[in-house]
Amino acid sequence: MQSVLNAQAEPALHLKYLIVGTVVLCAIIWIMVMIVLAWSLLRAYRSPGEAAPETERRMGRVVLSAAAATVFVITGLTIASFYATGSLGRPESAPVTIKVRAQQWWWQFIYDEPDPAKAFQTANELHIPVGTDIRLELEAADVIHSFWVPSLTGKRDLIPGRRNVLILRADRPGIYRGQCAEFCGLQHSHMALFVIAEDNASFDRWAADQRSEARTPSDGEAVAGKAVFMAKPCAACHSIRGTEASGTTGPDLTHIASRQTIAAGLLDNTRGALAAWIADPQTLKPGNNMPMVPLSSNELRQITAYMDSLR
Amino acid sequence: MREARQYRTDPPVASALEILRMMPGGFNGTPPEVYFALGKPFAQNAYDLSQGKRLYSWFGCSSCHGDGRGAAGPSFLDGWWFYGPGIASIAASIRDGRPHGMPAFRDKMTIDQIWQLAGYIQTIGAYSAKMGAPSRNDDKQTRPAENRAPASILFHEGPVAPNPQQGPMP
Repeated sequence: MQSVLNAQAEPALHLKYLIVGTVVLCAIIWIMVMIVLAWSLLRAYRSPGEAAPETERRMGRVVLSAAAATVFVITGLTIASFYATGSLGRPESAPVTIKVRAQQWWWQFIYDEPDPAKAFQTANELHIPVGTDIRLELEAADVIHSFWVPSLTGKRDLIPGRRNVLILRADRPGIYRGQCAEFCGLQHSHMALFVIAEDNASFDRWAADQRSEARTPSDGEAVAGKAVFMAKPCAACHSIRGTEASGTTGPDLTHIASRQTIAAGLLDNTRGALAAWIADPQTLKPGNNMPMVPLSSNELRQITAYMDSLR
Repeated sequence: MREARQYRTDPPVASALEILRMMPGGFNGTPPEVYFALGKPFAQNAYDLSQGKRLYSWFGCSSCHGDGRGAAGPSFLDGWWFYGPGIASIAASIRDGRPHGMPAFRDKMTIDQIWQLAGYIQTIGAYSAKMGAPSRNDDKQTRPAENRAPASILFHEGPVAPNPQQGPMP
């Protein structure tokens, strides 16, 4: 699912050729060395104790050509590597710009628009239109993270106080898994993201859905859950557009039920997983910033129903 | 020394941390027994103090108290505490709010977060240095570090007459 060898876009292909080429070339050299070694051992075994005087000069030639070949191969690989990685961050003007903010330990994707009423944000799921260059502006909120979707492009670091740029492009629709690639603390391995590339029509439909405010729940349990959410500390960190919840430190939950996973790829987004997460986030993902909020079992069920209604 | 980190407060401990025994009028008080049983983590543990520092910015404390020097709200750095320097009193101020504009954060934070924040605020205005301290900011420094007992550097403790409304120390 997530592999450098499963390249689906141009920069990822360049990187794949680079790594496959390097491995093949090194394998050939290794086999050649082994053959020469075996040959010389065999020869020494058959005629022990003789060193012909003229082999001295021949050995000099062999060493010289081996050194020249090494320099040639290393120079070649260096140039190839410059070309392959140089294509990653071409600062072209891309039609779509998305701000990526990495936090311990989740991804915030902000779809800014000139009209602020149309801007929206999502978490851990980056939807992009197929065949379009996407300009990702990479920022970090706390420590250094690294954005890496191996099937689409190479990795690029997100550094606090600095904005890096990465051009992302998917030529085929699909779901590409990505991962933080720079150790960023305890839950570094639980910081996954999904790039969902879809055709323009479905992307526009998705964006329109995301732009809309949260649905008002109609089910009795979910209505009660909304009241609990607003009264408890939940609303201080999370925001749900269209309600009074406007916290900015946790992921935006306006359309949480439309996402495939919660807690940055840790759990599938099911009602049971939501309940487990809300009941005790610190046992599932120790050290994350969501505290364990004391809730009664009724309140937990109601909040879960409310989260499940936020499509 | 690397200190223990407590990520998950057990529900019985959390409900015990709610019990603040305050002097009449809300001045000074004694923390709950469980706080001493745990070894006073919120006053000393560097992890709890840095979580408190994070909460200080997340919950917008600086919009009234600035970087600790005060603005619309009182300063923490001058070592002068309207309700006494005890951690229980600071936790009560955060949890229940105070007159003249300090809102109650009871419904905005969990009780262990309130204690973490109280520990950090006590550290900002301490007259004697603590062993534990949160890490410093990356941006420009505007005041002495938390582990330097900033109040004793910037102000003299005495001979200021005690606030007549302030109760005795716990």
